[in-house]
Amino acid sequence: MNLSKTSKGIGGRGFSFDPLRDRWAAAPGSARWGVYALLIVGAILLPSEAVGSFMAGGGGDWATLLSDQITIYILLGLGLNIVVGMAGLLDLGYVAFYAVGGYTIGIFASKFGWHFWETLILAILFSALAGVLLGAPTLRLRGDYLAIVTLGFGEIVKKTVNNTQYVNGPRGIQGIPHPPTLSEFEILGVQPLKYGLLDSRPYYYLLLLFIIVAIIFTKRMERSRVGRAWASIREDEDAAELMGVPTFKFKLAAFALGAAIGGSGGVVFAAKQTSINPENFTFLVSALILAAVVLGGSGNIPGVILGAFVVAWLPERFRELSDYRMLIFGLALMTMMIFRPEGLWPSRQRKAELAEGTGGMGSMGAEVAGPDTAGPGTAGHTAEVGK
Amino acid sequence: MLDNFVNQFWPSTIDGLSLGAIYALIALGYTMVYGVLRLINFAHAEIFMVGTFASVFTVQALGLSDVGGLGLIGVVVVLALVSGLVSGGSAVLLEAAAYRPLRKRGASRLAALISAIGASIFIQQLFATIVVPLLFDTSKEAGKLPVNEHFVTRSNVIDFGPITISNDRLIVFLGAILMMIALDQFVNRTKLGRGIRSTAQDPETAVLMGVNIDRVVTATFLVGGIMAGVAAALYIVRFEQAWYFSGFLLGIKAFTAAVLGGIGNIRGALVGGFALGLFEAYGASIFGSGWKDVVAFSVLILVLMFRPTGILGESLQQARA
Repeated sequence: MNLSKTSKGIGGRGFSFDPLRDRWAAAPGSARWGVYALLIVGAILLPSEAVGSFMAGGGGDWATLLSDQITIYILLGLGLNIVVGMAGLLDLGYVAFYAVGGYTIGIFASKFGWHFWETLILAILFSALAGVLLGAPTLRLRGDYLAIVTLGFGEIVKKTVNNTQYVNGPRGIQGIPHPPTLSEFEILGVQPLKYGLLDSRPYYYLLLLFIIVAIIFTKRMERSRVGRAWASIREDEDAAELMGVPTFKFKLAAFALGAAIGGSGGVVFAAKQTSINPENFTFLVSALILAAVVLGGSGNIPGVILGAFVVAWLPERFRELSDYRMLIFGLALMTMMIFRPEGLWPSRQRKAELAEGTGGMGSMGAEVAGPDTAGPGTAGHTAEVGK
Repeated sequence: MLDNFVNQFWPSTIDGLSLGAIYALIALGYTMVYGVLRLINFAHAEIFMVGTFASVFTVQALGLSDVGGLGLIGVVVVLALVSGLVSGGSAVLLEAAAYRPLRKRGASRLAALISAIGASIFIQQLFATIVVPLLFDTSKEAGKLPVNEHFVTRSNVIDFGPITISNDRLIVFLGAILMMIALDQFVNRTKLGRGIRSTAQDPETAVLMGVNIDRVVTATFLVGGIMAGVAAALYIVRFEQAWYFSGFLLGIKAFTAAVLGGIGNIRGALVGGFALGLFEAYGASIFGSGWKDVVAFSVLILVLMFRPTGILGESLQQARA
């Protein structure tokens, strides 16, 4: 990796987070903890009406939007970020693991009367297992072959539940219980530990907890041997293998961990909705979560959160446009990729990789450095020739 | 289960081949774009969908009904021309709007993939909310429903013991084969075709040899779009139904077919298309039609486990890492 290219690469123009990042790196521990505390307080106050009146728009309920869309997407985005952003594996069927989580609670809670927290653990195990089952035979494939296989897996899971009478086929499972109420205590008009039909805010807080755990978990992973192994696989798998990184094992771990986070999202989704059906788990969900990760800046946790927020919030905010909102959303995805192909908030390392043509699955073909392109290293093979 | 398979063997084979022909034609577009740009052109499915509406519109504009016999051949030619032009044009527009700006900025393939997904959503919704209600004289909600047009009179043209082939299936199969031969000739015999092959192999050297890459990319999208348009015309003759969402499943099936055969490889797309069509038809006759997609994708995973670059491998790609 050549860090000197960062300033010249595709990240060279437009708004950059670099000054902010430098100050952050220099900040003392106490200042960082202060910012973390402020962020958490902000997140706790987020469902309030004052924010909601602007953010929801069109008469939607802000707390419901937060718990049903935004936090779920952020959680799923963080999970997919492990696979796509950190290990550099393209997964187009991530929704399958979300479905495994949802159906695990659907089956065990409604048919066997299991508890929410018990099914949560079981669902995390099952979805991680699903990740291993999908990954073991297919992770030897590279790039786009892996993409289509994961896409196929997503469709297989959806069609299988659609055809299985045990889970009521296309009608899905109804009557999934809410999580049991932990405590009735009330603070500022919210009962944050009482889960029911009427108030979405407790679910928001539950998901917030999941998100914080996922963030801490991924952050620790990123800085560990595992995270470094993922980075090396992402940048050059052959080189990583030659350097003695057991690539297959680490790719499998990325799949399993990403899947586990997706599964936990599915559990909360099912408990909140109290019913699920195969149509909740279409390819569009996989595509939108992937869009969230790439749009935000894959590999960078604040970026992924921003991306997931944009993807989940934009179409809902403009509900008054009703039918046209997805039209505009599609257009927005295209435009944002043209103006910030590295994502809204990319990590520095990732930006350097993209400028070099490694990571992010490299550049497109038919790409030759010319007067309009950004100088050296616009494409993988150009860089090769340049040496 | 197996009784069904034995009893239904010939009808399934013929259904599988005619559906496989459509998959193969769409797969050609995926595989060519992938060969040249190394990009999964997700919006290719929508190019096909645009073609189906062009065909249905033509059928309605010409007021066709009860077409059969030799007249059907003429109708297919007209529909293929219209849909091919419309789809080819849309594919060129798509490239100019969604991929060219990214390519010029040296964006990653992941960014291009998201742009493709955005373009796909955009075209789908454009048809659901604006184009279909406008052209087909339906209310806005009805734009979300399939547009039906019954104009083909079906008859069995070949009746040979257990093998009976209806006119529409035969025309779909033959029309697709004809287009594939034409494409094979174009890519292997013409100057532009040589440009496409050389760009797929090594863009650097191709430029040094005087190949105009932008023209090659446009030509690739145009040809892929025309193939999708012809596939759309054949699809309309066979199923007589257009829907703004119809591209989605056919698109991922066609992409599966391209990967199954070996992506980037034109003959691989044909092999993959027919193989996928047959697997699906046999799978439906054994396990019931609800499971045919599961069978198709399971076969894909199984094949890739043993042949990680598809049945025929990536011949256009071999020079690449």
